[in-house]
Amino acid sequence: MIIYHPLLGPRDSDEFTYLGDASLIDRPDGLAEDAAARFAEYVYMRDNPAGTHRELWFHAAGDQSWLVVTRNTATHEITHVELASDVARARRAGR
Amino acid sequence: MGRFSALRLLYEGLTGNRGWTPHWRDAAPQPAYDIIVIGGGGHGLATAYQLAATYGQTRVALLEKGWIGGGNVGRNTTIVRANYLLPSNQGFYALSLRLWERMEQDLNYNVMMSQRGVLNLCHSDAQRDAAIRRGNAVRLSGADAVYLDAGALKKDWPFLDYDNARFPIRGGLLQPRAGTARHDAVAWGYARAASDRGVDIIQNCEVTGFDIRGGKVFGVETTRGHIAAGKVGVAVAGNTSRLMGMAGLRMPIESHVLQAFVTEGLKPVIPGVVTFGVGHFYISQSDKGGLVYGGDLDGYNSYAQRGNLPMVEHVAAAGVSLMPMIARARMLRSWGGIMDMTMDGSPIIDRTPVEGLYLNGGWCYGGFKATPGSGLVFAHLLATDTPHEVAKGFRLDRFARGHVIDETGHGPTPNLQ
Repeated sequence: MIIYHPLLGPRDSDEFTYLGDASLIDRPDGLAEDAAARFAEYVYMRDNPAGTHRELWFHAAGDQSWLVVTRNTATHEITHVELASDVARARRAGR
Repeated sequence: MGRFSALRLLYEGLTGNRGWTPHWRDAAPQPAYDIIVIGGGGHGLATAYQLAATYGQTRVALLEKGWIGGGNVGRNTTIVRANYLLPSNQGFYALSLRLWERMEQDLNYNVMMSQRGVLNLCHSDAQRDAAIRRGNAVRLSGADAVYLDAGALKKDWPFLDYDNARFPIRGGLLQPRAGTARHDAVAWGYARAASDRGVDIIQNCEVTGFDIRGGKVFGVETTRGHIAAGKVGVAVAGNTSRLMGMAGLRMPIESHVLQAFVTEGLKPVIPGVVTFGVGHFYISQSDKGGLVYGGDLDGYNSYAQRGNLPMVEHVAAAGVSLMPMIARARMLRSWGGIMDMTMDGSPIIDRTPVEGLYLNGGWCYGGFKATPGSGLVFAHLLATDTPHEVAKGFRLDRFARGHVIDETGHGPTPNLQ
């Protein structure tokens, strides 16, 4: 797979380390009343779709940036790549 | 159907082989069953067989979206072993190994079970200590293990690179009762034995939804219509999340692709199964002569049943550094299977929050060796509503409770297991 890095252009996926579903950006509030249940859900449960999946990739052999890659898990086709920092910033602004 | 025997083989051979018939009935769905098993892979078939053979269930259907033997049961590397360390796993795999040893008699089917041994190599003093400890634990569980140092290994395994500069081979933990079996024959043997005992094996019948009312399952919707059922058992490997999603349940599972490879046929050269303690490379030789080998997951979520080239290169490099003699063997084929990777690397066999809906999944990349044990304990759960003695740890809610069974100590990182 070739990942089109927003800053560095096309890079071999072998340069990256995979973390998983991009929803891992949204860490639950550890002080909330139901924090234990929310963390169990956050740490262990996954949507695991067959199809479009937004996921976190780390450019370990490159610029050390985290990316949010939109990829089809049934075909491996990558349709969109963003910097995870941009995604996180946009989410905070939207709150 | 008639039993298979040497006498019958001789008779058929002398009379033009006109007496052979299809090994199982290609059944059409009836309106209702007591128990429906979804998934015609090894685990589903073994479950259906055990429901009929051991638990006396007569109205059982097995639904398969494709054909019998077309999923992971026909895509794995055929290894059978029981060398787990944690108590929740040990009893189960020891039982499964015992069932492998009598499978051909139980099923009256030649599954080419070959107890040629599985050897796990170690490369440092620390790995040696861990291997000996594991071996002791495995022996206590009822399976077998013997530690061999490098000198003893050289007799049967002279071709390994013992003096490798980075990963010298210190010794290895051998399980002599482990080995390989013909994977397709396991599926066919279970299908035939289940069908003979009255199980309806329904192929080309994909489940598209569940009939759930008031938190209880009443049947399934399929591409061949509605089928009513008292209980529904799900054993669909890489599609576990998708199917349980239809019942409104989220799973502690990610689906990942694992590749496997085979070379052209060669003369007998590798006596058993050997695993490299580095990079998770493992290899054996099929009875046809091909070297069958594989390595780690590709490492990203996938339902594609095919992997990418970086892992091909990584596995080939690990293989050549373990046994330089295979460098000139030509790779014939590669393929991928979809693994239902759980958050602790261990399976789930349990009831679900939906009454009457049961799950058997999360076998990660170790499902084949578990096939007979999985069938027995899942049939036990479906028939009696209580977990089998050796499967009590495989609960669905163990993650939230903190009772994970993390054999490799990786934590909730399915792609690294």
